[in-house]
Amino acid sequence: MIEINNLTKRYGNFLAVDNISFKVEKGKILGFLGPNGAGKTTTMRIITGFMPATEGNVSVSGFDVIKEPLLTKSKIGYLPETPPLYMDMTVDEYLQFAGLLKQVSTKKIKSAVDNACLKVDIKDVKGKVIKALSKGYKQRVGLAQAIIHDPEVLILDEPTIGLDPIQIREVRDLIKSLAGNHTIILSTHILPEVDMTCDEVVIIKNGKIIAQDTPKGLAKKMKKSSLEEIFIDLISESKSEEK
Amino acid sequence: MKNIITIFNREFKSYFSSPIAYIVIGLFLVLTGVFFYLLISSFMQYSANLQWQAARLRQAVPPVNVNQMIIRPLFSNISVITLFVVPMITMRTFSDEKKSGTLELLLTSPITTSQIVIGKFLAAFSLYIIMALLTWVYPLVVILFGNPDVPPISIAYIGIIGMGAASIGIGLWISSMTENQIISAMGTFVILLFLWLVGWFSNFTTGSIAGFFKYLSIIEHFNDFSKGIFDTGHLMYYISLSGITLFLAHQSIESLRWRS
Repeated sequence: MIEINNLTKRYGNFLAVDNISFKVEKGKILGFLGPNGAGKTTTMRIITGFMPATEGNVSVSGFDVIKEPLLTKSKIGYLPETPPLYMDMTVDEYLQFAGLLKQVSTKKIKSAVDNACLKVDIKDVKGKVIKALSKGYKQRVGLAQAIIHDPEVLILDEPTIGLDPIQIREVRDLIKSLAGNHTIILSTHILPEVDMTCDEVVIIKNGKIIAQDTPKGLAKKMKKSSLEEIFIDLISESKSEEK
Repeated sequence: MKNIITIFNREFKSYFSSPIAYIVIGLFLVLTGVFFYLLISSFMQYSANLQWQAARLRQAVPPVNVNQMIIRPLFSNISVITLFVVPMITMRTFSDEKKSGTLELLLTSPITTSQIVIGKFLAAFSLYIIMALLTWVYPLVVILFGNPDVPPISIAYIGIIGMGAASIGIGLWISSMTENQIISAMGTFVILLFLWLVGWFSNFTTGSIAGFFKYLSIIEHFNDFSKGIFDTGHLMYYISLSGITLFLAHQSIESLRWRS
């Protein structure tokens, strides 16, 4: 479903992503982990077609994101780290706008908005201006925007950042419920979340993949019980190698 | 086309969901209204003097050219005021999207950068046209109580609208280069001011340089329109300037993909 081959991104002399490759099968959730500045957001932005790669290629449902940008973008739902919200719009207006942008037909737009609101449980704030919503609700509106056109692929960059524990659990359950119909790449710092939701994990550091397996496979390899311990071990291992 | 309409609708509504449209239109009408009042007052004074002199000399009152005394200076004033209000219309078009991160939504949606730029341009241009056409009330007063030539008034409006399109193109281009609305407004204002003042520079130079400065001036091209002269060359200048600046705005947004 998503195929990333030898992806490299340079900003001048700085190498943000260094020759990474991985695949995500249809209906699976991939946890994309790494410390801050590891290159997660850059990789996600390349997958969504926001920016081009310096080398390598990305294909979604068999289509190259650079050669067929409009086609691949219509198959992707993307929630950036900061939800892209127009504060002066109501939730309903915003989701209608996002849906139309993502080629939902005018006939189906109302039902698409209703479905998205139902899925992320924001029906009660549909008529409210986004500026007046709490952080948790804003995050959910961002998520509703990403799923409004029922995309095959969902790219979620830190979807639970800044949420309280109850909201985190709700968003986690929502992401789990979306798997199967959607192929998901999820970036997060909350590792128990990955343990509970993801079928596979890719850990990157300094733009390079340092581990790639199922959460159970990683635990077996590293002889650790939690993903948190594995992550810390891997990151500190690669730090000492650098020294 | 559907994508352009989607961008246009959001953008156009956003002008009215914030105080921008009301402030810009209000300010524009107050300023143009003040100039109209001053022009009418001086015209009344002038005609009263003429009547008084004619009565004193026991002669017929000489005819007065309303177009020359009111309409032409009125449109000159409107064109200058336009240079001040256009930056307020365009300052947030791209700057705000860049700052709030919503540009990421637009650039990861299945629409092209050209559709985004054209949609935003048409929204700003529509607000401008509404604002400009609201000034119809001034020529209407002159038509009701005087006897001006109407075709030159319509031609002056074509000039006002052409000049607005070019100015908005400049505003959009500057806004696409910064995420700071104040810098966007100031940058647009400085460029428009330069394109206004460059016409004066031509008075201090000679030959082809003077001609070049004159051709560059956004106001010089408007002068014929305000006199009621329709010259396609002037219209082409405005259309070309709009096209070039929209192309530059497009390139500036596209370059974000490569630079970010």
